[in-house]
Amino acid sequence: MSQTDAKATILARIGHALRDEPAAPEVPRNYRRTSSLNHDDVVEMLEDRLTDYKANVYRETTETLPGRLRELLGDASTVVPDGVPDTWLPEGIEPVRDVNDSGSVLSARELDALGAVVTASTVSCAETGTIFLNSRPDEGRRALSLVPDHHVCVVPLDTVVELIPEAFERINHADPITMISGPSATSDIELERVEGVHGPRRLDVVLLG
Amino acid sequence: MSSVNLGMPGTRVAYGSGNLYEETPFPEHARSELENKQMRANIGHATHTIRTKRGRVVGELPDWQDLRDAGSAIKKEVGARLPELLEQFEANVTARGGVVHWARDAAEANGIITDLVRAKGVDEVIKVKSMATQEIGMNEHLEAQGITAHETDLAELIVQLAEDKPSHILVPAIHKNRDEIREIFSRRMPGAGAELTNEPAVLAEAARSYLREKFLDTTVAISGANFGIAETGTLTVVESEGNGRMCLTLPKTLITVMGIEKLLPRFADLEVFTQLLPRSSTGERMNPYTSMWTGVTEDDGPEEFHVILLDNGRSAVLGDPDGRSALHCIRCSACLNVCPVYEHAGGHAYGSTYPGPIGAILSPQLTGVAAEQNNSLPYASSLCGRCYEVCPVKIDIPSILVHLRDEDIRTKHGQRDDQASAQRATVLEARAAEAEASGAPVEPAEHPADFKKKRVPSEMDLLMKAAGTVMSSGTRMGLAERALPVGRGALKPFGGLKWLPGMVGGWTQERDIPVPPSQSFRNWWQKNGANAEQRVERDLGQTHLPQADGAPGPTPSLAAGIEEHAAWGAEAQAVYHLRAQRPDPEGQDTKSSEVNSTGEEPA
Repeated sequence: MSQTDAKATILARIGHALRDEPAAPEVPRNYRRTSSLNHDDVVEMLEDRLTDYKANVYRETTETLPGRLRELLGDASTVVPDGVPDTWLPEGIEPVRDVNDSGSVLSARELDALGAVVTASTVSCAETGTIFLNSRPDEGRRALSLVPDHHVCVVPLDTVVELIPEAFERINHADPITMISGPSATSDIELERVEGVHGPRRLDVVLLG
Repeated sequence: MSSVNLGMPGTRVAYGSGNLYEETPFPEHARSELENKQMRANIGHATHTIRTKRGRVVGELPDWQDLRDAGSAIKKEVGARLPELLEQFEANVTARGGVVHWARDAAEANGIITDLVRAKGVDEVIKVKSMATQEIGMNEHLEAQGITAHETDLAELIVQLAEDKPSHILVPAIHKNRDEIREIFSRRMPGAGAELTNEPAVLAEAARSYLREKFLDTTVAISGANFGIAETGTLTVVESEGNGRMCLTLPKTLITVMGIEKLLPRFADLEVFTQLLPRSSTGERMNPYTSMWTGVTEDDGPEEFHVILLDNGRSAVLGDPDGRSALHCIRCSACLNVCPVYEHAGGHAYGSTYPGPIGAILSPQLTGVAAEQNNSLPYASSLCGRCYEVCPVKIDIPSILVHLRDEDIRTKHGQRDDQASAQRATVLEARAAEAEASGAPVEPAEHPADFKKKRVPSEMDLLMKAAGTVMSSGTRMGLAERALPVGRGALKPFGGLKWLPGMVGGWTQERDIPVPPSQSFRNWWQKNGANAEQRVERDLGQTHLPQADGAPGPTPSLAAGIEEHAAWGAEAQAVYHLRAQRPDPEGQDTKSSEVNSTGEEPA
C-alpha cells in the first residue's frame, strides 16, 4: 500500500480513537521563568555546576584570554570557526580554518586528525550547567565541536542566565542546537562514571568578562 | 494491513506488532530470572543508586511539581490535538527539506527503512539507542536483509555483541558485570586485544576506538527521537556519550524513527521537558549532550533527512480514555528504579521492549490486552504507587493497571467478545505480515476466525462464586463458621496450615496459616456480646473504653476474649516479619531494600 494510504489510515485511526473528543487543557506554566538571583551568583552557580561535571573552568578578560588559550592548547593543531575573532587567539598560533585544499569544509577524517577546537557559545544555563551552541559563525558547524578530542569553549559573562526557560528564549530553533553539559560520559558499566567517550574528552570553559 | 473493521463504518482499531510480547507469562519468566543472582544484585545496585541521585536533583528544584503539572498538561494536549499536530509537523519538516514517512506498524516501518538504506547502496548503518527501533525489531529485520546495524551506545553495543537483550531502558547492559563485558569485548569486538582489562575506563576506550572508525566511514545513520516539535519541525535526541551527536552529524543520510506520541506542540515546551527528563532519568541536572535539528541544514550535518512516524498500536492506546495517558511516557525509567517488582524480577521478565511499571501498562495496550502473551503484565505489580509519585508527567500507572486487570477479566469472561477477537485478529495478521516482509517462515498460527473466547470458568471464578454464596447470607456464614473448631482440631497438632491446594496454594507458598481460634468472632460475640456492657462496667467502672494515658485497661475476663482473636492476626504478622528479616540466600537483608513511603531515599 502506498504512503498516502498509510497516512490516511493512521489519521483515521487517531480520529476514531478521539471520538470522545477529549479537551486540550490549558497548560499551567507556574514554574520559574525568570531568575531572582544577582548575576554574580548566577555565574558562580554555572562555574560550580561545570566543575561538578568535570569540565575545567577559567575566568579571563579580553586581555588575558589569548594567554590562557596558549596555555590550554599547547602545540595542538587547533581548528577555529571563521567567526571567532582573531583578538582571542594568541600570537604565534596558526589556527586551522574549516576549509581544505579543494575549497570545501574539512572532512570528518581531516577533523579527526586535529587536536583541539576553540568556539564561542550562544547562551549558558547556570542551574543545569549547560552551554548552548547554536551554529553561529563563531561556533561553527556541529562537527567542529564534536570530532576533535579537546574543546575550548568561550562563554561571555553576559550570555549566562540562571534558568532553562531564560536560555531557550535566546535560542534560534531554525539552526542546529547542541546543548553541552560537561565532557561526554558513560555510566553503562556497573554504573561507574567514565568521563570521555565519543565526544571531546576534555572540555575547558573560559568565562570571559 | 493489520486493522480490522469492528462493524461501524470507518471504525478501525489496529494493534502493534514487533518486540512487544512476553515470550513466557510474567510469573514464569520472573521465577527463572529470580535465580539469576548476578542480575538481581546489579539491578538492585543500579536502581538504588539512580533513585538516590534522582531524589537529590529533584529535591533541588523548588518548582518540580509545577514542571510535572506543565509536562502532564502538554502531553494531554498532544493526545487531544494529535491529528493537527502531526500534519503541522509534517508540513514543517517538509518545508525544511526533510522527508516524512508514515508507518502503520512494525513491518511497514522496517520496510521503509530497508528501502531507504538499499537506495544508498550500503550494507552497514550506525544507530543511536532508540526504544522505537527496538520495538519494531529493526536490527533483526535489517540483518535478515543483509544489512548490519551497528549499535553505538556503549550499553547497546555490549548487548548487541553478547547477542543478548536490554534489561533496563536507560542502562540496558546493567545485568552484565565488568568481567563479563571484558570477555565479550575481547571475543567479539574487532581490534580489542587480550590486553584489555576489566576497568570501565579501559573498556570505554576500546569502544571509542572501535566505533570511531564506524563514525568516520558510515554514510547512513538511524536514530530515534525524544521529542518532535510540531510548530517548527525540530527533532531532539538526548544522550550522554556523544555517539548520538556523531550519528546525527557525520553521515550523509539520517533516518529517524519516531512514535507519533512523541510530538510537542511548541518549541518552548522543550523548556519543560529538558528539565523533567534528565533529572528523572539519570538523576543528573542535565545530560551531557542534547542535539536539536530541523530538516536539512546546508553544510552542517546530513544532506538527506527522513523521519518515520510510527503508529504500531499507539492509536489503539489513544482510543481508551482510561488508558491513553500511558502515551505521555517520555521513557525516563524513573518508574523502573522505584518498582519493587522490577527490582527483583529484572527487565527481561517483562518480555517486551518496555519493562517495569510503564511496560506493564504500555505493552498490553499496544498489543491489546486480549493478546494472550501480554495479559499477565497488568498483574506484575503490587500497586504500591511509587511509580506514580516519581513519574515526571504524572501517569497514574496504578489506576491503569487496575483498569487493565478489569479488561483482562472481562475478556476472559467473554464480556468483550468482539474487541477481544478483533485484537487477536490484528495481532495475528500483523505477525504474518512481518514474517512475510522479513522472509522468515510464517509461524503456524491459529486462524483469526478460529479464535474462540474462553468460556470455561476458572478456579478463581469458582472460588469467588462459592465465597459470594456463603457470605451473602448470614445463615450460611454462621454455618461456615461453626466448622471452625473442626478445622482447628485438624490443624492444632501441626501448629498451623502449611499448604493449601489449587490456586490458593500460591498463598501458602510464602506463609503458613496459623491455627484459627476456637470459635469465630461472630459466635463469640453472640454468646458474650449481650452482656459486654455489663462486663465493661464491672471490670472498668463507669469507664466504657480504656484510656490511653495510663488508665486501667480491660481486666483478664474481657481481655482474654479479645486477645485470642487479636493473637491470630498477630501470629500471622509475626510469621511475616520473621520471613521479612530472614537473610535471603545471597546474604542480603531484604529489609535493606525498603525506602520511605515516598519512594525517595533520603538525600
